[in-house]
Amino acid sequence: MLQARLRKTFPQGADSAGFSLALEFQAGTGVTVLFGPSGSGKTLVLDAIAGFVRPDEGRILLDNDLLFDGATGVHLPPQARNCGYVFQNYALFPHMTLRQNLMFAAERRPRLERHRRVNEMIETFRLTEAAGRRPHEVSGGQRQRCSIARALIVAPKLLLLDEPAQGLDAPLKAEFYEVLRQVRADFKTPVILVTHDLDECFELGEEMLILREGQIVQSGTPRKILDQPANVEVARLLGAFNLIPCEIRALDPGRNTSKVQMGEFELDGPYFPGRFKGDRVTLCVRPELLVVTARLGSAGPNQIPAVLSRTVEKAQWMRLEFEGGIAADMGREEFERQRENKEWLIEFVPSTLRVL
Amino acid sequence: MPIDWFPLWLSLRVAVVSTAVALAFGLWLAYILANREFRFKEVVDAMVTLPLVLPPTVLGYYLLVLIGRASPLGKLWETIFGSPLVFTWKAAVVAALFHSLPLLVKSSRAAFESVERSYERAARTLGASEWRLFWRVTLPLAHRSILAAAALAFAQALGDFGITLMVAGNIPGRTQTAAVAIYDAVESGNGAVARMLVLVISMVALLILTVANRLNPRWSPR
Repeated sequence: MLQARLRKTFPQGADSAGFSLALEFQAGTGVTVLFGPSGSGKTLVLDAIAGFVRPDEGRILLDNDLLFDGATGVHLPPQARNCGYVFQNYALFPHMTLRQNLMFAAERRPRLERHRRVNEMIETFRLTEAAGRRPHEVSGGQRQRCSIARALIVAPKLLLLDEPAQGLDAPLKAEFYEVLRQVRADFKTPVILVTHDLDECFELGEEMLILREGQIVQSGTPRKILDQPANVEVARLLGAFNLIPCEIRALDPGRNTSKVQMGEFELDGPYFPGRFKGDRVTLCVRPELLVVTARLGSAGPNQIPAVLSRTVEKAQWMRLEFEGGIAADMGREEFERQRENKEWLIEFVPSTLRVL
Repeated sequence: MPIDWFPLWLSLRVAVVSTAVALAFGLWLAYILANREFRFKEVVDAMVTLPLVLPPTVLGYYLLVLIGRASPLGKLWETIFGSPLVFTWKAAVVAALFHSLPLLVKSSRAAFESVERSYERAARTLGASEWRLFWRVTLPLAHRSILAAAALAFAQALGDFGITLMVAGNIPGRTQTAAVAIYDAVESGNGAVARMLVLVISMVALLILTVANRLNPRWSPR
């Protein structure tokens, strides 16, 4: 269990904007994802936990070990922190074979145990063939597995991963997720993973912290966050939403219904707790939850007519962009059937609507 | 007339010893400069670099003040070893050291700084002490550039003239290095000796520079 409270300020420099980090969080067993755009301070958090960066104030507690305490001046060196760190570039020592890399990490263990432990790791992480080769002579997947094995060999209390899947192609990414799931099952080491890949959050994260400009703007399970982003900022960061300004016209908690005015149209929605009639809000709905059909007759309930402005091809689906900035996703086959449509209707399913 | 090879052997011996000392001291200094933050760091770097730009006479003068028989260091040497330091071959080593140290420190600092920081950080998270980190990670990763720098330092030590002349003098058979012997030979009209020594020194320097270039990672095929 990691408990961290951190504050660090970088004054504005001649060629750099000022930056300030101020956050507090806990990370228990399982994978905690730090998600945020570049420059939000994700890596800085990892570096502070690992001991590469000294925070201005705060406190970092890992299980029962005090790693940093601003008040009493405790600041353990990285060597004494028991934190494994997997770097973005893996940082395998290029002048050593994979086995030597693992041996380097195991050197603090007793001599007899050392070899057994290294051999175990080589087997667990399927590195038998590559063990005698140097990092630049092995495949990307082997490098990746070796860097995780090397970090785990010292039996860390916490594993820190800095965008380890960035720039990997799809099969390697899938392999990496698999390895990490195995780590979670076999080693039970708590993991903090830094990423700006939303899919990765869902693949791996039990708990997700969203960082923006050095602060945590929302935390929770990925599913929950995607279901109900805390505010428009978060929704923008997640990047997967239609965000449409509108006004609440009616609220009925008894029947769990509401009416929202969106431009010239009135839509039915669920009851929005904590909102009032007349509130100007942002309607938030994921593109894949909009139902798009051909306009044959007049619009039904919660349907609005729309003019298609362009389509964007994605690997698995089509994104339809309508005038007024509404986007909807549709399966490829469905789109093939509908592509001749002259006029369109977009249906807002009431239960999928959120307001921010 | 047979050529006296003593100056050449002396030069080689002086260069070997001074390069060894320069490596021990210069690598330590370069590592500190590359990895530690402290006040006046760049002042220290500038002081180390100063010999590159000052005339040899100025450096020789400083050295005479520093290790001359009247100076505290010179006296200390005399009490320990029973004979003065100046005007011996050991003084020639000190002179060569001052001549070759700046470039060695400069290039080793750059070599240490070019080692990617994540390797050192990784070693630390794996529990490696700073000492083990240096010997097992930083130094091996920088070793080509450092060997190249050491080769250059050796070549420079071999070729020092001005500082050597001022602190070690020109005593044939004792402190007369090849560079000084060439000057002596030319002055006394001994053209054959001068030509021979010039040729040998040039060949050795050329050989060393070629080796240094091959060692430099920028040129190595990989």
